[in-house]
Amino acid sequence: MAEKEVWITGVGLLSSLGEGLDAHWQALGEKRVNADDKRLAPYVIHPIAPVSFDAQIPKKGDQRQMETWQRIGTYAAGLALDSAGVKGNQEILSRMDMIIAAGGGERDLNVDLAIMNADAQGKLPPALLNEKLMNELRPTLFLAQLSNLLAGNIAIVHGVCGTSRTFMGEEASSIDAARIAVARIGAGQSDIALVGAAHNGDRGDLLMLYSFGDFALKDQYAPVWARRNHPGFAIGSAGAFLVMESREHAEARGAKPYARLTKVVADLAKRKQPGAVTKSLQTMWPQLGVSNDNAVLITGATGAEPATAEEREFLGQHPGLAVRATGTTFGHTMEAQFPLGLALAALSISRGALYPANDPTGLEVEKTAAPTQIVVLGVGHWQGEGMALVEAVK
Amino acid sequence: MTAPRDKFGRPIVVVTGMGIVTSLGGGKTDNWKRLSAGESGIKTVTRFPLDSLKTTMAGAVDFVTVDPFSSTSLSQRLAEIATEEALEQSGIGSKGDFPGPLFLAVAPIETEWPQRLEIAREVPTKDFGIIDYLATCSGGKFAHFHRRFTFGSVALHLAETFGTKGSPISLSTACASGATAIQLGVEAIRRGETDATLCVATDGSVNPEAMVRFSLLSALSTQNDPPQGASKPFSKNRDGFVMAEGAGALVLESYEAAMARGARILGVVAGCGELTDSFHRTRSAPDGKPAIGCVRKTLADAGMEPEQIDHINAHGTSTPENDKMEYLATSAVFGEHTKNIPVSSNKSMVGHTISAAGAVEAIFSLLTLEHQRIPPTINYEVPDPAIPFDVVGNKARDAKVTAVMSNSFGFGGQNASLILTREPA
Repeated sequence: MAEKEVWITGVGLLSSLGEGLDAHWQALGEKRVNADDKRLAPYVIHPIAPVSFDAQIPKKGDQRQMETWQRIGTYAAGLALDSAGVKGNQEILSRMDMIIAAGGGERDLNVDLAIMNADAQGKLPPALLNEKLMNELRPTLFLAQLSNLLAGNIAIVHGVCGTSRTFMGEEASSIDAARIAVARIGAGQSDIALVGAAHNGDRGDLLMLYSFGDFALKDQYAPVWARRNHPGFAIGSAGAFLVMESREHAEARGAKPYARLTKVVADLAKRKQPGAVTKSLQTMWPQLGVSNDNAVLITGATGAEPATAEEREFLGQHPGLAVRATGTTFGHTMEAQFPLGLALAALSISRGALYPANDPTGLEVEKTAAPTQIVVLGVGHWQGEGMALVEAVK
Repeated sequence: MTAPRDKFGRPIVVVTGMGIVTSLGGGKTDNWKRLSAGESGIKTVTRFPLDSLKTTMAGAVDFVTVDPFSSTSLSQRLAEIATEEALEQSGIGSKGDFPGPLFLAVAPIETEWPQRLEIAREVPTKDFGIIDYLATCSGGKFAHFHRRFTFGSVALHLAETFGTKGSPISLSTACASGATAIQLGVEAIRRGETDATLCVATDGSVNPEAMVRFSLLSALSTQNDPPQGASKPFSKNRDGFVMAEGAGALVLESYEAAMARGARILGVVAGCGELTDSFHRTRSAPDGKPAIGCVRKTLADAGMEPEQIDHINAHGTSTPENDKMEYLATSAVFGEHTKNIPVSSNKSMVGHTISAAGAVEAIFSLLTLEHQRIPPTINYEVPDPAIPFDVVGNKARDAKVTAVMSNSFGFGGQNASLILTREPA
């Protein structure tokens, strides 16, 4: 049976640049970057732009039950549903599938630091840990942290209630979320799906994990391609959501596509071997069916090494590509890396233009012609690789 | 020979290997023996001090040790043990070369207290803040914690160890995670993407913070004495669930591929269904509609009528709300037939293995089909009159079982159900 065509009919974006597609298009055109090297100095982060969450999360009670990452995600999900014209459409929402890529939510850093300091000063006998946790953790914090509760909040606030699956595993989780959604729609297992992720970079607790491996960018912001001698990723903040549906389903309800999502492929390179990422990308490339070697490629390249150098090696083999690195503008949004790339690809196709390059090293080149094929590339800072092909609808 | 496709023209998905670890023991043989004998794996926790805790018992798996201890490492080890057993039974592929993708249900991962404190002791500043702390985290001394506590770390390890193909998927749908892992595997085979999938679900979360967190949500039983008596699904005096650890692994194959290689068929995943509840973060819709819809979708997916289900392996957490809601949903779908269906909850004995529960209970359902014996719901001394299920109370029951429905209903509105049968329809 022939696979069904998958369309992107809704795009929701909230990031360090602002909210909504127009704001993003304008900011990208102006090469605006919102990086902060003071808030968590020496770490460079991209904090979320100021936003009133009320527009998409009307109940204060709902907002209180969430931490920032969930608010960002629930907000962006609402934008995507709006943009697809399905917001409030009970009939569709009640059977809409949802695949979310998520990490964990904010911890209560004050509680954690108090416990850690007490222990470091020899004032925390093992039995006292329980008491501190029992007395000081907010009961609802658990729900603000659980990975699957971003999906839970989207169901509660927006009524997306068909199925709900949360994938975890840093960058790869969002590549797989898109891959599985496309496979299900392509095979007729699903008609319409909400796919996305949220990430809040303004979190000291989150930096712990990435500090262990010295992945986080310190001291000074630089565009991703200019970090060769000072590698690392600046943690970003974004909610990026897409409504994906079969062409038939979209046409039947008169929905307009931003773009077609033709293919998503993913891999787990054996990174213990040098060059494994380059090889993985070379293997995936022909599976996409890119017909034009002067296509566009939007990458989530993190700036962390050696992954970025290996990706650069691959890009060097395709000199005709007009490359854009989301990391330069948005920082590294981890689970949101891939949906952010997909969102920008769909946006560019729908606007009939590619936004300008923002790269002092010259790797990114300008492109004036309207893009018809955009490859979205995701390489995890530690594991997981994937690509997608976003095309203009024929 | 039966057609290798179901009535909807999809490849039939069969189970050819199963592996299990719970607080009752390691492996199918021990688990089944103790489960069908009505034994409990719930004990007073000895892994850490219990001061200030309201709940002091759990179904911890203490006979498997990892050093240094972390819940993530224990989850990984439990998954490994269950997978080894499943692969050995299945005989599929070769060592370190499983011919399909991995779907892993695993609890969300974060750096745990022993490791947090280990770092804290090395921070040179007194009364340090997060930036001082982060400085100690970096520099490479704790690089192994990055490897350990990335969300994808357990799946990465399993994918490397067992040679699964493609990008491994780690997932969490709370208490329904194990069922979701199976569902993703079934869908992949039905799409014809692969002939085989490895579906694993694991949970090693009995640690102080996890117990405190569930306790603060008033979700856990506090009937600590005796610990084996705490989990009492469908009883009037039930007061919460009991946290537990375990893992289940299933090798799923297309019927065609399994027959072609002469594999022994252990059972069929005839249907799966899922429906989200948007009522509340921890509570179910009072009318039970989402759970009802989930059960109906599952029957429809299997192409079966309610009357064809002859046993329900209940979610049966022993929380006041879940068990009541489960009866409401079941009776709404099954109507008059409800009273003919023996219902049992494995959680009365193994506790609630959370992320692993859906897979652990799918395996127990398949063992029920194999042995034609329904394991009991123990501690069923004071039946709740509001839940007039035919509960298989306290003693196992021999019965003709051809199709089992296994339910998983979790936090965040996650509902998933499976229908398992003995033979391809």
